[in-house]
Amino acid sequence: MILLKFLGARVWILVAALLAAAVLVPMANLWLPPASPFHVPSYLVPLLGKYVCYALLALALDLVWGYVGILSLGHGAFFALGGYAMGMYLMRQIGSRGVYGNPVLPDFMVFLNWKALPWYWHGFGEFWFAALMVLLVPGLLGFVFGFFAFRSRVTGVYLSIITQAMTYALLLAFFRNDMGFGGNNGLTDFKDILGFPIQADTTRAGLFAASCIALTLGVLLVGWITRSKLGKLMVAVRDAESRTRFIGWRPEYVKLFAFTVSAVMAGIAGALYVPQVGIINPGEFAPVNSIEIVVWAAVGGRGTLLGPVIGALLVNYGKSVFTGLAPEYWLFVLGALFVFVTLILPRGIVGTIDHGWNAWRQRRRAAAREAGEAVDDDPAAVPNPAE
Amino acid sequence: MTRSVRPILALILALLAFPLAAHAQAQDPAALVQSFGGKKSFDDTEATVKALAATGDPKVARALNALSDGDLVYRKADGKVFIGKGRGTMELFDPMTGDKVGEATSSDFAKVRVKNSIRSAVTDALGTLTLRSPDPAKRRSAADTLFSTVTPAQIGMLDAAIKAETDAAIRQRLQEARAAAVLKSDRPAADKIAAVKTLSAKADRETLAMVGGLAASSKDPAVIKAAETASASIRQTIAMWDVLQNVWYGLSLGSVLLLAAIGLAITFGVMGVINMAHGEMVMLGAYTTFFVQETIRHQMPGLFGWSLAIALPLAFLVSAVVGLIMERGIIRFLYGRPLETLLATFGVSLILQQAVRTIFGPSNRQVGNPDWMSGAFDVGLMSVTWNRLWIIVFALIVFAALLLVLNRTPLGLQMRAVTQNRKMAAAMGIRTPWVDAMTFALGSGIAGIAGVALSQIDNVSPNLGQGYIIDSFMVVVFGGVGNLWGTFVGAMTLGVVNKFLEPYAGAVLGKIVVLVLIILFIQKRPRGLFAQKGRFVDA
Repeated sequence: MILLKFLGARVWILVAALLAAAVLVPMANLWLPPASPFHVPSYLVPLLGKYVCYALLALALDLVWGYVGILSLGHGAFFALGGYAMGMYLMRQIGSRGVYGNPVLPDFMVFLNWKALPWYWHGFGEFWFAALMVLLVPGLLGFVFGFFAFRSRVTGVYLSIITQAMTYALLLAFFRNDMGFGGNNGLTDFKDILGFPIQADTTRAGLFAASCIALTLGVLLVGWITRSKLGKLMVAVRDAESRTRFIGWRPEYVKLFAFTVSAVMAGIAGALYVPQVGIINPGEFAPVNSIEIVVWAAVGGRGTLLGPVIGALLVNYGKSVFTGLAPEYWLFVLGALFVFVTLILPRGIVGTIDHGWNAWRQRRRAAAREAGEAVDDDPAAVPNPAE
Repeated sequence: MTRSVRPILALILALLAFPLAAHAQAQDPAALVQSFGGKKSFDDTEATVKALAATGDPKVARALNALSDGDLVYRKADGKVFIGKGRGTMELFDPMTGDKVGEATSSDFAKVRVKNSIRSAVTDALGTLTLRSPDPAKRRSAADTLFSTVTPAQIGMLDAAIKAETDAAIRQRLQEARAAAVLKSDRPAADKIAAVKTLSAKADRETLAMVGGLAASSKDPAVIKAAETASASIRQTIAMWDVLQNVWYGLSLGSVLLLAAIGLAITFGVMGVINMAHGEMVMLGAYTTFFVQETIRHQMPGLFGWSLAIALPLAFLVSAVVGLIMERGIIRFLYGRPLETLLATFGVSLILQQAVRTIFGPSNRQVGNPDWMSGAFDVGLMSVTWNRLWIIVFALIVFAALLLVLNRTPLGLQMRAVTQNRKMAAAMGIRTPWVDAMTFALGSGIAGIAGVALSQIDNVSPNLGQGYIIDSFMVVVFGGVGNLWGTFVGAMTLGVVNKFLEPYAGAVLGKIVVLVLIILFIQKRPRGLFAQKGRFVDA
């Protein structure tokens, strides 16, 4: 009950829906006959799983943008780094089944005529190590980057631009063949994960369920952080950084914490994304990708916890539909979405509904008070951070 | 007595003179050319080529060229030599004058047979001939080609040419070519040392290889020492020119960056607005150039040399109008919310990109260089291309014009006022929304002009702008906002640093290093190189 009140009923509805999806979608895919109207075709499972990963990524961005006011245009970098860490594990799992049949070296290294595994590839044969790197590498980059940026009080658009420069630099770096990450082609041709064949329906169902659970945990974590005292501090930093500093807090540490946690979450999203789409390449570092994440969060409503998840699912579903129908017009739609959301719907979908709901309730309460009726205040009134 | 002697003397003189006259006759180029006629061995033909070269008469070049092209023919009947063109009915030309002398059936003629060694003899001969050409430019280029192909056998010919040469610069080149020949010959050590000295004045990679080869192959310690000293000094000169060349490349890149970033600096500096669609304004300018050139090509080809001058104001207008629409339609509703502005303008950039892709297609478009922008010339060991040079000049002109606008016009005054203190400017009666709109249009228009320049050195594609946007941001952030000189210094510094890193780190890694350096620099000076002084807590 305390937990229910702490996070609000909506969050729990989202959590329940995600867990239900984690169970129902794989069941509907694996056990229902294809003739059944509730059957989920196999191609849809990894697609849905991809959306869920994007939702986790949008949630990670929302933690820094919606609650701390840092507009990061480089979250795609953390996502891609997590993805590369997972991809390296998957590459090592191929073993001697590659085209060149080298038991140790991935195909692209044989192709480049390398004789031994580079030092940073060691350990990725073990899942636990790769999983650790999925957390550590994006987390460390986020920490170091954030440490320098926040300490010297780089804020606003300056920060946005250097985060963009960061992902751009990584994009250029990963395109290089001698970096040892597969260059232009990236890492692909994965065979199996933890011993399960990666193309099998059961593995994909499992990965989908894992993504849903990761997103659930992410929602709970962000919910917990933002509803705690630290969360209040984050909002304070977002709304009046100087004032928070003058009161005696250290905004840079608050920001650094949020940025690092967010980077780790993005890394996890990337790690779950890669086995489901079966490839990771430097294109994921492209600055455009990172900006797209921002629009997901903006469409759903930043700082609303629910919003980024809904926004990511909606926009990506729209993208799939649109690229199927008229691929050349998708960029028009996406561009118009950016303009529309910032001009007409700055609170996003969820934020706008909240705002309207609150306004309506206040009017009703005022009307009731005039009529002399007693109305109890609802303590779980939804906060409205978009204000 | 004397009367009877005279005719005899005359006869004797005449008899004596006859062989001389015959000899002179043999040296007459027109007669020599005739000796190609009839069935001859390859050796004979080659000897004739050499003899022709020795005449030093530039007129024999026609026959020699025809020989190496396989157009030199002789009449089977009498062995008379012509230049013949065409099969079946052959047009005949005089080998010396090139005048058309008639037509005949080709079966009556035979070709003077050539093989590769004769062709190379012809090339040599032509090189020698052009050394005597009355046109100094031809002599100069002949001396230059001779430098790398010279053989010890040509020393004598070169000596003669040096003596005859009147132009000091060409004589210098001839002497260098002679020195190169001496290095290849088996002349005594003193000659070689003198040659090395001559060569060390001409410091380039070819000479370095030549002198280095001498140091490796020679047995004489004095020669080796001279060669080594010379190659050290040549290396130093080359290194110095390399640095200069890098600076030049850097300035060239810097001027491109300056063009791309300067409009951004204005909008960002005055309005605090990050225009993510700035790159697309550049692209619109480039496509305007393409459109203008296409129209000119189809309607009035004579104006092609003027196409850039015509495109310039049009590109400014197109981009400025699009910028104005953006400002009035979107950005003015978002003032005070820089992050939202960033997102909205990014949306606009996607729309513009896709619009151009839909209209002009996704592939690269060909934008031609007018004559005065193509080609290159050498300065010392540096190669300077005209289009790069013009772009540097153009960037400087744009920069100067912008400085004038900002410092000498009412609009500039109002823009500066709004930059420094928006509220106070408004209180003094400046219509800040109007200034904003004009600023944005100006910044976008300059981006369009940059597009005209960039169309000359880059692919014109819908993605043109994206390639420059991050670099432009880096320039603005590095230079500091609100100060055009900051942008100037920022652009030039980044350009030069980039080009200096490239040889050591490669193009991509160099760029990464620059980005990392900027990120570190921002730590130290979060407001850029030339930060604006003010009392604002938050920008």
